[in-house]
Order: sequence, then C-alpha cells, then structure tokens
Amino acid sequence: MTINARQDEIVEEFELFDDWMDKYEYIIQLGKELPLIDAKYKTDENLIKGCQSKVWLHTEMRDGLLHFSADSDALITKGLVSMVIQVLSGQKPKDIADAEIYFIDKIGLQSHLSPTRSNGLLSMLKQMKLYAVAYQAKSLQQ
Amino acid sequence: MPGNSTISTARKLDIAQLRSDFPILQTQVYGKPLVYLDNAATTQKPSAVIQAMNDYYTQYNSNIHRGVHYLSQKATAEYELVRKKVQGFINAEHLHEVIFTKGTTESINLVASCFGRKFLRPGNSIIVSAMEHHSNIVPWQMACEEHGAELRVAPMNEKGELLLEEFERMLDETVKLVSVTYVSNTLGTVNPVKEMIELAHGQGIPVLVDAAQAIQHMPVDVQELDADFLAFSGHKMYGPTGIGVLYGKEKWLQQIPPYQGGGDMIKTVTFEKTTYNDLPLKFEAGTPAIAEGIGLGAAIDYLQHLGMANIAETEAQLLAYTTEALQEVKGLRFIGEAESKAASISFLVGNTHPFDVGEILDKHGIAVRTGHHCTEPIMHYYGIPGTVRASLAFYNTTEEIDKLVAAIQKAAMLLS
Repeated sequence: MTINARQDEIVEEFELFDDWMDKYEYIIQLGKELPLIDAKYKTDENLIKGCQSKVWLHTEMRDGLLHFSADSDALITKGLVSMVIQVLSGQKPKDIADAEIYFIDKIGLQSHLSPTRSNGLLSMLKQMKLYAVAYQAKSLQQ
Repeated sequence: MPGNSTISTARKLDIAQLRSDFPILQTQVYGKPLVYLDNAATTQKPSAVIQAMNDYYTQYNSNIHRGVHYLSQKATAEYELVRKKVQGFINAEHLHEVIFTKGTTESINLVASCFGRKFLRPGNSIIVSAMEHHSNIVPWQMACEEHGAELRVAPMNEKGELLLEEFERMLDETVKLVSVTYVSNTLGTVNPVKEMIELAHGQGIPVLVDAAQAIQHMPVDVQELDADFLAFSGHKMYGPTGIGVLYGKEKWLQQIPPYQGGGDMIKTVTFEKTTYNDLPLKFEAGTPAIAEGIGLGAAIDYLQHLGMANIAETEAQLLAYTTEALQEVKGLRFIGEAESKAASISFLVGNTHPFDVGEILDKHGIAVRTGHHCTEPIMHYYGIPGTVRASLAFYNTTEEIDKLVAAIQKAAMLLS
C-alpha cells in the first residue's frame, strides 16, 4: 500500500468518530497495540529531540524498504507514533523522503494537540525523513 | 466529592461573587467551562488590574521620572505610588528598599550577579535547598562558577520537607548567602524560612527568600521574617507579567554594585566616570514596565481588599478539600506531602504519564500543569519524569475540584 493510501485509510477511520474523546480513545488504543521496540534500541542516540515525553525511534533497512519501530513513555504519544509508523514504515526511502504528510491536518490532529505534542510529532517526522534521505544517499553511492 | 467529608466548605470569601471580578473565568474551552488550576504558573487577572493598565495607556501614557509635562508627572506619581503600595504590602522599613524588576527570576539574578561580584570569592559557598525552581539554582551556579565558589544543597526528606538540622549543620564560615524558596512550586511545601533566617543570621549569613509562590497565598512581612532579600513576580499575584519586585535591606543594597547600566540608574555621566543614582533607582536601569507596574499596584489593592489572611484561610480549606477528594482516585500518588503546604498539589496516577493525563484533562476544559515544572532536581530525587500539578487560587471552587477528580478518573480509565 502506498503512503497516501495509508494516510487516506487513517483519515477514513477517524471520520467514524464524532467527538475528540473518542478520537483520543482510539489513539490511546493504537498506542497500546504498537509493537514494542527492541529494548536494546532504547538508547539515548535513538531518542527524538523535541518530544517532552520520551520517544525512541529505530530504523532498519530490509530488502530496499525502510522499517521503523518506536516506543514512548507516554501512551498518547505512543498512539501518535503508531500512526506515523503505519504510514511510513516499510516504504522505499525515496518515497518517505518525498512524502507529503497530510493525514495529521485532515483528521484535525494538529489543532487538537498541545504545541509540545505537535512539535514532538513534527520532530519525529523530520527525523524519519532525515533517515530516509540518508539511506537514499547511501544507496545512490553504492 | 469526598464521601464523608469532614472538611467545611464554608469559606470566608464570597467566591461566586469574586469570580465575576475575573473575566477569563467565564471562558469556555472546547465547549466546556474553563477550570483553571494552573495558578502556580500564572494567576488570572481581575478587571481592576486590566482596567488600571488600560487607563494608563488611554489617559496618561508617558515615560516617567524625567518629563516636565503633565502626563509624565502623572505617570511618575502613579508608578511611584505603587512602590509605596508594595512597601506596605510586604512591610518594608524603607520605600527605597523596594526595587522593581521584570520578575522573580530577574530579582534573583540581580542579587546573584551583584552580591556575587562584591562578596563571593574562591572557597566561599552559597546554600540553596533541594526543592528550588531552576530560577533559584542557575543564577547561583553562574555566580559560583564566575567567582570560584561552591553551590551547596540543603536536603529534604521523602515528604518534601526541608531537613532543618542538616541545613543548620551546613552553615559554616564558607557560606556567604542562603537562597531558599518560601513555597515550593512543585511540592507545595511551605518552608520554615523564619527559622532558617534566624539560624543563618546566627552565623552572620544573609538570606534571600524566593517568595514567588508565597506572596499570593499568605501575608508576607519582610521585617517579621528579617529577610535580607525577598523576590516575587506580579503575574503570580493577580497582576501583569513583566513586573516583579526585589526587596533588599538597605545595608545590602548600599553595598552591592548596580546590576545594569543606563537610564535611571545614573546620577552623572562623563566619559571618564559615572556616579550611580541613589536607591532604589541605582538598580532600575532603562525605562521600566510602567503599565505593568501600575497593574501591579491595582493587584495589591485588590488583594488587600480581600485580605491576605482571608485568602490564606480560604485556600487552606480548598487545599484540604482537594487533597481529600484526590485520595479517592485509585492509584493516585501525591508527590510532596509536607505537613505545611500551600495550595499546589503534585501527583501521579498509577503508571500513567503526566502528559497523557494533562492532555485528557485539557479536553475536559481543565488546565493543569504537567512536566518537571522547572524543578528537574526534584524529579531526579523522586525518580520520575514529571508530575501533574493542580495549583489552586482563592477563586477556585469545590465544584471545580469535583470536575477535576471526575476527569482524572476518566483519564485513569482510558490510560490503564
């Protein structure tokens, strides 16, 4: 599934909810279901800067696709991380680097998140794209 | 609501009536009535404060202290009247012992910088407590680093109470100053500053009291405390941001050098030499926050009209009610359980992250603070990432506390 198809899928899921408490419940549920990052990757190097709660992000290249795994000490953050991973993990580095992330705005998340959370989410996206660009550059060199 | 509450909900102040003095308290957030419980960060402003600042800008906006024209004289008189009000409010012996600053942080930085330059030498030390806000740690670290001195920390116990005997033992001949918070913004602990000052003075050591979290909750009398310096901010006592006070005993303010140069702090300037102005202007360089100063004066009038003793009593009842109500939340753990507390309550719920709880409370229209509250050493002490903090003001109601408790229950359920 393409990045945009995954984004559209999330937007559709959120359309089912009437109020923001339900949306939060859903995000929290996603957080609970997020497969945990391997403990050995929860290092200071993998911590995302800009998140008030802690977020660890690990990247792995397999068969030309970039895979992300992550964890957070806060459940709502974990839910947000889960959505971003759903959208970007398992994609080609070039597609990740070029992707326009619109689902956050479309589901109205941006306006409902506190600025600290919002900045954290943007930091995480930025970091994922940086990894993608780095892997892309590396593959071009090889 | 607490099941078998023995705590009286009768309060001396007419809260329903008083709430109408604060326009923002009628606001709705996400379609729900605002429940504002972040008063330790900043308090809301009564109409009288907003009106006073508006009057200044619409009727006599002018720079002060130098103008010969009517507006300048009027603005100067109003601004200087506030100094008089502050003097009365904290019972300073002299008017010139009241220095206007940007706030508590600038007040402490002023003393750390100027006292440090005059008195700190290698081998000296400064004592702070284990429950200080960053603003009463970092300026001293900077001063100590600059002058080769040591920053020492008076310890506290698990309940968040300062260990007075340990503090007393630390008062040796190397200590040049003690700087301690009156009330902890995170733990709510009210420190025994009067006893601490007595102990320090017994060794000839001056004491700075950070009253940022005390000045709005209880009567503060600098002469009764015998404080050498005392700092507070306007915005935490129902006044504007950008204005604060440093009280200093005349003997210290005379001895320490000025903080910043320019504006009102000079008497004469030549390229060869500058002579400094008399107190308090010696420490007030540049154009001050005039409207904010006038707003602070209105806030003092407002508080004095209510009576600080009445405020203290009202808030003590609300604190007791809140503490009892929160005890009903399963898995809730208080961070800071000192015997003597002001109206700030930090807690964690089970294994939930404070940001998660804060975010869900926000969606219920409830404003609390989450995080380390600029007191990272306290978080390290307890080994936690942060807390949820509900900080109360006299305008909060028991109904609001009931909403808080219900919303925490809901958050705990969602996040478990």
